[in-house]
Amino acid sequence: MNVIIDNFDLFFQGFLKTLGIGLICMVGSLILGTIIAAFRVSPVAPLRAVGTLYVNLIRNCPLTVVLFLIAFGLPTIGINQSYYFFGCSALIIYTASFVCEALRSGINAIPAGQAEAARAIGLGFTQNLRHVILPQAFRTAIPPTGSVIIAMFKNSAVLGVFGVSGDLLGNAIILTGSRGFDPVPVYLGIGFFFLMITIPAGLVLGYLERKAVILR
Amino acid sequence: MTAENVAPGTDSVASNDVAKPGARTPLVTMTSVNKHYGALHVLRDVNLTIGAGEVVVVIGPSGSGKSTLCRTINRLETIDTGTITLDGKPLPAEGKALANLRSEVGMVFQSFNLFAHKTILENVTLGPIKVRKLKREAAEKEAIALLERVGVATQKDKYPAQLSGGQQQRVAIARALAMKPKVILFDEPTSALDPEMVNEVLEVMTSLAKEGMTMVVVTHEMGFARKAADRVVFMADGQIVEEAEPNAFFTNPSSERARDFLSKILVH
Ligand SMILES: Nc1ncnc2c1ncn2[C@@H]1O[C@H](COP(=O)(O)OP(=O)(O)OP(=O)(O)O)[C@@H](O)[C@H]1O
Ligand SMILES: [Mg+2]
Repeated sequence: MNVIIDNFDLFFQGFLKTLGIGLICMVGSLILGTIIAAFRVSPVAPLRAVGTLYVNLIRNCPLTVVLFLIAFGLPTIGINQSYYFFGCSALIIYTASFVCEALRSGINAIPAGQAEAARAIGLGFTQNLRHVILPQAFRTAIPPTGSVIIAMFKNSAVLGVFGVSGDLLGNAIILTGSRGFDPVPVYLGIGFFFLMITIPAGLVLGYLERKAVILR
Repeated sequence: MTAENVAPGTDSVASNDVAKPGARTPLVTMTSVNKHYGALHVLRDVNLTIGAGEVVVVIGPSGSGKSTLCRTINRLETIDTGTITLDGKPLPAEGKALANLRSEVGMVFQSFNLFAHKTILENVTLGPIKVRKLKREAAEKEAIALLERVGVATQKDKYPAQLSGGQQQRVAIARALAMKPKVILFDEPTSALDPEMVNEVLEVMTSLAKEGMTMVVVTHEMGFARKAADRVVFMADGQIVEEAEPNAFFTNPSSERARDFLSKILVH
């Protein structure tokens, strides 16, 4: 276990980097997921088709495949960025498809009369989404969206394996590889730091869930 | 439809011919309106004119198309053939123009449909702020006056689920009024209420009627129809079967269908 104490710096920096990646990707995938969900419930058929296609393609692909396609595909069309950029983009694009579906379940759970009443006072589609449908859908969708976000924090481990340096997994590979430490204590430490992210995230989620209950 | 129809010397609707809008300016006109749900022909060649300031009660058996009729007037339901005009202009099909039309046609639902995540005050100000583009302060001032008028101003900071059904429905009426609509559609506004709350809602509606609001009310509340309606429209199987002045309709309906229907709802 000395490996954790002796290399605490490396673990802690990895923790911060993984947390940072997670937070950026959380914001990104919530925004992108909301946009795709709006597409999926839009009255405009082509937008609905784009939303459905996006979800069905991305959600059914392994994250690693999305990651490799982006990292190797984008440079061939002239987009050269860091692995960090590609990794976060892939995680956002992948997670957004799940966020979209969680939100859509929230939208479907809203009684039809809510949107109808909004239309009846003259709100347009986007106003209706923004002021009536989404605020309610977000609250109803907190539990499933939260699970998606927690899964995303864990999925971010793939980025380190893939070559983004400095996150928890990237540092674990350095410790067990070139520095020759025993993998078991190293990965116990990595696991511990992941729990330090995901367990508080779960607590925040439970708090939001209780706070956002809509009385009907 | 205008002055020619009115007998000389009558400045208002003649008592034996109230089935016509008479001297009123037509506000809503439905001409040869047809609508299907798949194979079901829900509105069959409906012709109906609602004059400005007129209160029309729509009555008829379940499934006869009353709600559908109501909902075509603000285009919550589209129609297959025929035309509907508001203030002489055909209802716009979509987009901004349709949203504007809807803001001019208020609607009160059986199940209230107050926005569950917004306070009572926010429920009433949302439309004025987002659609009529009022400043929040002005919208709130108007909203509070309306909530006072329907008797629920003290509840303004609560959420809909914290109010009784009767209070919620009165808020829904205030929400509709806040758009300053030309006509308000009521689809069975009291059917979801506990009996002791029916009257508080009907009283608000009666006072609106007295103040000259144009109203289309789907209801089986005969007391309201007699007290407040200018005309009763009886529907069956998607058709308007009979139109008459309320007292005449309830005491002596001319169609067999209406007699049969009334005998069923009057037997208690
Ligand atoms: N969205 C829909 N899809 C298919 N059929 C529908 C739909 N809405 C209504 N209907 C059918 O159309 C007919 C007329 O319905 P409508 O709701 O207008 O009747 P109503 O007179 O308001 O009845 P009630 O007194 O029960 O409210 C009914 O047979 C109903 O089942
Ligand atoms: Mg109905």
